[in-house]
Amino acid sequence: MYDVIIIGAGVIGTAVARELSRYQCSILVLEKGEDVCAGTSKANSALVHAGFDAKPGSMKAKYNVQGSMMMEELCGKLDVPYEKNGALVLAFSGEEKETLELLKKQGEENGVMDMVILEKEQLREKEPAISEEAEAALYAPSAASVCPFLLTIALAENANENGTEFWFEKEVTHIQKRQEGYEVKVSSYGNSGKQESYLGRNIINCAGLYSDKLHNMVSKKSFEIIPVKGEYCLLDKNEGTAVSSTLFRVPGKMGKGVLVTRTVHGNILLGPTAESISDKEETATSGEGLKKVLTDTKHTVPGLNTGMVITSFAGLRAHERNGDFIIGEAEDAPGFFDAVGIESPGLSAAPAIGAALARMAAGKNNYRKKEVFREERKGITAFASLSPEEKEAIVKEKPAYGNMVCRCEMITEGEILEAIHRPLGAKSLDGLKRRVRTGMGRCQGGFCTPKLVEILERELDISKLRITKTGGNSRLLTDEK
Amino acid sequence: MLQYDLVIIGGGPAGLAAADSAREMGIKSILILERDNKLGGILNQCIHTGFGLHTFQEELTGPEYAARYIDKIQEKEIEYKVSAMVIDITRDKRVKVMEKGAGLITIQAKAIILAMGCRERPRGALNIPGYRPAGIYSAGTAQYFVNIEGAMPGKEIVILGSGDIGLIMARRLTLEGADVKCVAEIMPKSGGLKRNIVQCLEDFGIPLKLSHTVTYIHGKDRIEGVTLSKVDENLEPVPGTEEFIPCDTLLLSVGLIPENELSKKLELPMDDKTKGPVVTKEMETMLSGVFACGNVVHVHDLVDNVSKEAKKAGISAARYILEEKI
Repeated sequence: MYDVIIIGAGVIGTAVARELSRYQCSILVLEKGEDVCAGTSKANSALVHAGFDAKPGSMKAKYNVQGSMMMEELCGKLDVPYEKNGALVLAFSGEEKETLELLKKQGEENGVMDMVILEKEQLREKEPAISEEAEAALYAPSAASVCPFLLTIALAENANENGTEFWFEKEVTHIQKRQEGYEVKVSSYGNSGKQESYLGRNIINCAGLYSDKLHNMVSKKSFEIIPVKGEYCLLDKNEGTAVSSTLFRVPGKMGKGVLVTRTVHGNILLGPTAESISDKEETATSGEGLKKVLTDTKHTVPGLNTGMVITSFAGLRAHERNGDFIIGEAEDAPGFFDAVGIESPGLSAAPAIGAALARMAAGKNNYRKKEVFREERKGITAFASLSPEEKEAIVKEKPAYGNMVCRCEMITEGEILEAIHRPLGAKSLDGLKRRVRTGMGRCQGGFCTPKLVEILERELDISKLRITKTGGNSRLLTDEK
Repeated sequence: MLQYDLVIIGGGPAGLAAADSAREMGIKSILILERDNKLGGILNQCIHTGFGLHTFQEELTGPEYAARYIDKIQEKEIEYKVSAMVIDITRDKRVKVMEKGAGLITIQAKAIILAMGCRERPRGALNIPGYRPAGIYSAGTAQYFVNIEGAMPGKEIVILGSGDIGLIMARRLTLEGADVKCVAEIMPKSGGLKRNIVQCLEDFGIPLKLSHTVTYIHGKDRIEGVTLSKVDENLEPVPGTEEFIPCDTLLLSVGLIPENELSKKLELPMDDKTKGPVVTKEMETMLSGVFACGNVVHVHDLVDNVSKEAKKAGISAARYILEEKI
């Protein structure tokens, strides 16, 4: 029997796990994917929103602004790339200009600091590549970019180091109230789909797109998640200097519109579209969607070389039908805590949601703080970012750093070995990609894939036929000759 | 800091031929830098025949063709480093290399020949809609798996793009027992060599679907099929022509791009058309003393032409070094 079972190892589940691991309680995280950050957390705009979008008084507004204020320090402690690059909301007409004033007022009410309206000239001075047609912009300097993969991985590693257990490829199928706590039944991929069960005195539901389904297993007050698909295109780093701030358009009914942003790694990211769909697994891009992304962003930044797309993807936002985050203990299910409807600005809000849910669970159960909590975590040394002297030193100390495996992103074997052998290490090609960016560059794994398969085969001591792209049935090779 | 008269970046067919001709011209101090663990470049995985008809009046396999040049390099005792990746290069011809086992080395050169070759365009460049499952490879990656690693990327194959590597792989995978469903080509005409269309497709009864492209990728974990559509004269898919083809693998052979990260570091003027550095007839780039040859300049159909061009670059670089000495 665990004190707390957290379901879902996305950015919310891992943020809760890390915060809760400050307390004296046993924690288990169950994740249906083969790795952390396998669902909504992996496919989004990678932004820390300032917090002017959400309606004042909403959960979204509260947690966004709080989370955004906590993010920089958290990323510092966990050694996660974070860049306060600021956001601009562009107005293309007089009417849109008026909306900027409303947004500014709304932001101020939510507690967002230092926002200003920039007139056309100031705007062009700040971002020369912006369309001539942009009349003005709302500038929010507290907006930032973060790497969602590394944030989630860092939160999980740190929680794990502080005693949290993680189990992967465990899909929750049933939750039943027991005399004491809950019984969680899972279907285990690694155990050929066999049913297993885990007992938890408390449950924290961080199951993203499926958080409604889990909640409805124990509560009569039902929720409904409607997946909203967002399609994105990522451009080559050669285009990375086109803009520096995140560029939004004045928001419409379906979200914040298609944006242009520079990721912390220096690629330009374009997207997302917003389309309500019915299938929670439909992470496919569409011809129309990708076309819309490229045409809309071209309107914002006309000089953008959209021929430099290196990859495209779609993410699903977990939109609750009432449109707000639902955070807290379920009314009719004591000990069952929800993080439901965590769509944008969920990544921005994650630190605050994690802290709030951990406080609630700890408070209810009178958990005491541990005497020792390791709150810092060191990331994998990124060879490419080292100075020449540091490069020399690390190669001398660890010769594997002298073997370049991914030539586009300049990733060495040393980094790959670290990614595999750390706590909750990489087990697949995508696991490596999210930890050290192998295959994330302009050749998209063309050169390094065979080398990565070879390293995974050797280090995990399994046949190369069992190496996957991202767990489950995503095997890379079918036969040996 | 190490000093060499001539540093050649890339130990594939271009780099090898350039080194050979520079030595013939009397240059003693030459260093070839190769990032892979052996010389030969992409030829090592091209185990089919068809190389060397012009250069050696013989039909050789890729490794055989490479071996002819590697033998010359060894006979002439030209120095080379393998597993040595250039990570930085400056306009004053300083090259920073990371060599496996040795660490970071800085080399000062009098002249440099760029011979880094090219790379394949990935799926992203085409922006094909659908899922992102396992089982999508560029044709060259699949070729590496089959010919070097002895592993099959899949059993039921669709190939998009009729470039030569795609055609070669259609035959190679068929010979290894895979079912190659078709090769789709968006253009009304194949970009591959005629002999490859005959010997790799027609001889095996593999359909070449011209003016067709993949418009959707199916399957969440491993690819389960593709939607193939006919395209009109503007290369836009024609609605109503969609056809589902089940497969477990999609190979992309949709073009090659000269690999010019280092040329960009040198701030060399680039040719928009070839995607390589602008070069003179003597294969000198717009930076004096820096030469370029092979697929880094523009993508060649035949390795024989690469060797010919590289020979010229080697001679020019040698002349540059010799003149400087006088």
